[in-house]
Amino acid sequence: MRIVHYLNQFFAGIGGEDRAETPPGARAGAVGPGRALQQLLAGEAEIAGTVFCGDGLVADGPDAVVPEIVALIGRFAPDVVVAGPAFDAGRYGLACARVCAAVIERLGIPVLAAMAPDNAAVEIYRREVLIVPTTVTALGMKAALAAMARLALRLGRDETLGPAAVEGYLPRGRRMNARAPAPASERALELLLARLDGRPFTSEVPLPRYERIPPPPPVADPARMRLALVTECGLVPSGNPDRLEWVRASKWLTYSLDGKQNLARGDYEVAHGGYDAAFAVEDPDRLVPVDAVRELVRRGEIGEVLDAYYVTCGNHGILSQMATHAREIAADLRRQHVDSVLLVAT
Amino acid sequence: MAKELERAGFPTATVTSLAAVAVKVGANRIVRGHRFSHPCGRPELPPTEERAWRVELVRTALRALSTPVEGPTIFEPAEP
Repeated sequence: MRIVHYLNQFFAGIGGEDRAETPPGARAGAVGPGRALQQLLAGEAEIAGTVFCGDGLVADGPDAVVPEIVALIGRFAPDVVVAGPAFDAGRYGLACARVCAAVIERLGIPVLAAMAPDNAAVEIYRREVLIVPTTVTALGMKAALAAMARLALRLGRDETLGPAAVEGYLPRGRRMNARAPAPASERALELLLARLDGRPFTSEVPLPRYERIPPPPPVADPARMRLALVTECGLVPSGNPDRLEWVRASKWLTYSLDGKQNLARGDYEVAHGGYDAAFAVEDPDRLVPVDAVRELVRRGEIGEVLDAYYVTCGNHGILSQMATHAREIAADLRRQHVDSVLLVAT
Repeated sequence: MAKELERAGFPTATVTSLAAVAVKVGANRIVRGHRFSHPCGRPELPPTEERAWRVELVRTALRALSTPVEGPTIFEPAEP
């Protein structure tokens, strides 16, 4: 059985965020975490090759990048393709899922990706791509690779997989026929009784995880609104005076825009471990578009803009913590009589 | 972030290069930015053209803020 392993530039040993634009490449055999995976495959399968690409290029680069990666994968003539583990890395997760989806479409061979259940790529791709859940950080590498090896071998042997909860992958939302010990009415009553008794129970119909917020009504006239600029890109004054953390930020901050027609080069830096900030530092308006907003205020297309911007760092943000930051920012925006928000998300 | 600001009642235009992700997590007014590491920048353009593009991007955000939407909607900035 031949397996091809997809990795990002970091796990392929090319480099960190400064190499996020690394073009697609391939090596024969196992690389990085693939070496441990090879051992777990216990002689039943070999990692024929490793294909890699920079996360930035796959996540939002040109459309031609993914087909190029798939072509490199195809050259190793694999029976199964595995990707990751990407843990909670947003762009790496997206890259693994995109590559896997394209392999199914173009090569028609089974795929398997691994990432944390909260990785945004899971919601987008879990219906088409088989995904093994992992921990949030690489501390869970060993367990992730063990699960990947087990499922990759089953896929390679062309075995039919059972339900997600039994096999240990994330639910794909597929319905499978199975014989239940009791009719639906009895099972429903049993669940209800368990709930009333405070006993543990597992719903047969889990609800979707992402809550939908009804959109607030639009602003009647931008030329009369008071706009605020908010971002989770980590843009802070040079020297990072308030020590915004570059990962899992514990706070949000606000910095004055009083008298600033744009954000000057040299005045700002980026506290964010998730992307290469070179272009943003060269002109911080590329992150927080103060120059364009001021111009539209001058032209009368925007009523006014709050003379400060709000910033936190979204890198590996813990969802509940980010929600708390956002609620606190919202409360402050209300005190400032703001009508609407331009949010820049990286 | 976008969802909590909207829950608090602020119409919010989210500029991001990962529009598909924003749709899935449920942001309602999404403006397609350029790249992950500089959503409001086009470093490959000459400075005056980049600036004109950024003004169009913010205009797209104004269009998003003043348009009624039912759910996650992507607004594409026009080329200047």
